[in-house]
Amino acid sequence: MSIEIKNVTKYFGNFRAIDDISLKVETGELVALLGPSGSGKTTLLRIIAGLETADCGSILFSGEDAREKKTKDRNVGFVFQHYALFRHMTVYDNIAFGLRVKPAKIRPSEEKIRTKVRELLKLIQLEWVEKRYPWQLSGGQRQRVALARALAVEPKVLLLDEPFGSLDAQVRKELRQWLRRFHDDLNITSLFVTHDQEEALEVANRIVVMNKGKIEQVGTPDQVYHNPVNSFVLNFLGNVNLFHLRVEDGKVYMGNKEIQLPGVEQHNIKAAKLYIRPHQFEVKRLSSGTSSLKAVVKFVNPAGATVKLDLKTESGDSIQAEISQEEFTALKLQKNDQVYVNPKEITFYDFDI
Amino acid sequence: MAGGLPHLKIGSAVNRSSRPGHLRTEPGPVKWILIGIAFLYLGILLILPLVCILTNAFNKGIQMYWQAISEPDALSAIRLTLLTALMAVPLNMIFGIAASWAIAKFDFRGKNFLLTLIDVPLSVSPVISGLIFVLIFGAQGALGPWLIKHGIKIIFAPPAIILTTIFVTFPMVARELIPIMKAQGNDEEEAAITLGASGFKMFMLVTLPNIKWGLLYGVILCNARAMGEFGAVSVVSGHIRGLTNTLPLHIEILYNDYRFTAAFAVASLLAFLAIVTLIAKSLVESGIDREIQLTQKDNGEKSG
Amino acid sequence: MFLSQHKQHTLPGFHLSLGYTIFYLSLMVLIPLSMLFIKTAALSFKEFLGIVTAPRTLAAYRLSFETSLISASINAIFGFLVAWVLARYSFPGKKIIDALVDFPFALPTAVAGIALTAIYSPHGWVGQYLAQMGIKGAFSPLGIVIALTFIGLPFVIRTLEPVLQDIDPEIEEAAACLGANRWQSFAKVIFPILLPPLLTGFTLSFARAVGEYGSVIFIAGNMPGKTEIAPLLIMTKLEQYDYSGATAIAVVMLLVSFLILGISNFLQWLTAKRIGMN
Repeated sequence: MSIEIKNVTKYFGNFRAIDDISLKVETGELVALLGPSGSGKTTLLRIIAGLETADCGSILFSGEDAREKKTKDRNVGFVFQHYALFRHMTVYDNIAFGLRVKPAKIRPSEEKIRTKVRELLKLIQLEWVEKRYPWQLSGGQRQRVALARALAVEPKVLLLDEPFGSLDAQVRKELRQWLRRFHDDLNITSLFVTHDQEEALEVANRIVVMNKGKIEQVGTPDQVYHNPVNSFVLNFLGNVNLFHLRVEDGKVYMGNKEIQLPGVEQHNIKAAKLYIRPHQFEVKRLSSGTSSLKAVVKFVNPAGATVKLDLKTESGDSIQAEISQEEFTALKLQKNDQVYVNPKEITFYDFDI
Repeated sequence: MAGGLPHLKIGSAVNRSSRPGHLRTEPGPVKWILIGIAFLYLGILLILPLVCILTNAFNKGIQMYWQAISEPDALSAIRLTLLTALMAVPLNMIFGIAASWAIAKFDFRGKNFLLTLIDVPLSVSPVISGLIFVLIFGAQGALGPWLIKHGIKIIFAPPAIILTTIFVTFPMVARELIPIMKAQGNDEEEAAITLGASGFKMFMLVTLPNIKWGLLYGVILCNARAMGEFGAVSVVSGHIRGLTNTLPLHIEILYNDYRFTAAFAVASLLAFLAIVTLIAKSLVESGIDREIQLTQKDNGEKSG
Repeated sequence: MFLSQHKQHTLPGFHLSLGYTIFYLSLMVLIPLSMLFIKTAALSFKEFLGIVTAPRTLAAYRLSFETSLISASINAIFGFLVAWVLARYSFPGKKIIDALVDFPFALPTAVAGIALTAIYSPHGWVGQYLAQMGIKGAFSPLGIVIALTFIGLPFVIRTLEPVLQDIDPEIEEAAACLGANRWQSFAKVIFPILLPPLLTGFTLSFARAVGEYGSVIFIAGNMPGKTEIAPLLIMTKLEQYDYSGATAIAVVMLLVSFLILGISNFLQWLTAKRIGMN
């Protein structure tokens, strides 16, 4: 089932939480709503689920207006941030709940329910917790039970609100991959909310970057990471260094060095902003031409697959650069060493007119 | 939450303050002096009266005791007290559930005003509560002439006693449930709805089981107060022996007749009820604590 | 969860529950209360003033307020102590004591009344010793204070307990690390946190005491002008069918009750703000 969000706006009192948002999610996609707190992503999710109502605009499920249906009839599976498991019921009863509250005419027999529940427990790899209570489970286990519960009623759409938010880093990573594989198997249209860009990049087919109630960009992980449409998206996804550049006589200067920025000649430009990701720097012991910056190593962080360097330029700017382990070993860098930094590629920049 | 009702401790299930640590306790002797004073204060004020009741009830022997509580006037007092409780408690329970549902789960204007109104019976003197009903239903009251015309007796008859008791005890259940429901939040109910449950099913299968301990305690408390109400009922009852006396009023009559042992004998029944209430409270409290604790655990969960 | 204004609530039952609540409250609270004020309005202001400022009335108010104040103060001091002991120490019998604190609350007032009278009357267990010392226990203002102290006992303790339990142990440890001794830690760090709930408990205890009837009338002696409390005066006037008199006195007491309720609500709001609860 596809979801279409058309010109939806939502106010809380005078606060505009969602500002005229339109979005289409195709059947079978796994889409992430990514943004900082207050960007409206959870509100949007809840509106789709029917837990909030939009002030303007509409939601269409496969072309049909969802407002015709009450929340309980929308057939949407919702996984809450804090799981919302029924604390006084066993895991079995939790998962069976949606099936048991169906109207008598369409309610499946207890036999069928048992088969379904056991099937789901197998799917989430927790067959052995059937008789346990939520408070006896770990956070990751609860989250999986919450997922199974939502899936029991065979929803056409699955909505997840910061599903891994309250879990340890390690568990988060494992569940992320698990969710990815899970979705590949089941292929339900899914929408999940997160503020963790790493998570969105790793899991989703498409990412919707939101900020202050508006959509900044929609695209595949590759698109939003490598081709951000504005500085917000650029800043939000991955680390980035910001340089304020002078413009004189149609030439751009970073410190004393001239930088070639296409497009600078054509406009009446007063200043420029340059964005460089840490891995886009080249770090050498010797200067390599006019566009190298002199800098001093302030801190070396050798942990991980790459080595992160904190550098300080002559003009006092701080730079975060990232180089491979091999390069680091070759350079034999230490604190207070002098190096030359060169942007390998210039992809993101803004002009102030 | 104002207006005179001691409360179950909500939201503080884990007593962080009693974590032992040498930096946080008083020196030994000071500690034991303080404990000693506490025991003395409570002993004089609480235990003494309890012992007094029991001693005086039985000091003329079991025979006298039994006679006092089984004479006709006593029996009709017991009957009236039970009838009153039987009417007041269920009605107030339904109100309590409705009010706490509206107040704890939703936001709307005037909520605080509503809360204040609920607290009114607790902060008003019982005599004034009774007075109010006299003003409405008494012979010179607003409805007085109409009632006389239709031969309906309210004041100085059981209906007034029941109505007054309902007034005085109706906040009990609501005040227990509101903090509990608030602490539990809306998540589980929302989950139930997304899973397709109707409002009724959601309430019966999800909400009610989660508040059962608080509800039980509220009902027990409501019952204890309904059976023990004295001041308000005293105003409207007319003290007609055998007809319009509840247990507390009957005690007053016995006492004023200088039948002290009998008075204490009947009083001991209510004292037993009080003890049972206290026991029930401590049993229920751990149930409620656990439910609040589970909420906190869910929200603060960090481990994988 | 915040819901905006023209909303459909997602959880069901809002209109039903709110409607029933308002209906019940109107029936049980608003209408009865308004009766009181309507009846009083029937009196001219001069008449009203005459009743509420009559010597007997003033004596009754004064007695009620004074004894309530004293008993609430006693409960504040000792209640604080008991709450501290219960929250901080372990000792044998602690659980029983904790449950017992609610005893005055669960016990019917008339029962409390006759029990206390028996104890403090000149031949009673404690009263006889008091008599030897020339102090009158029952049938004097002292007796009233004792009864009101009994009645108000749970309020301070139960208001303080949750706040005591929620105090972060780390702030005391921090104070100790910074060099404060036990008394300084208590006076400068802990007590300020406990002051708002202490005041709230005091106010609740006071409010309860002012309106108390059942436990007092047995032990008081009920002599007009000397040991007659305001609620009893109302009762007496009712028995004499002086409805306007009773109502006038009641209205004054009611207004004071509302004032106390307002102060108590304000103090509770202050407490909640102070310790950062929503």
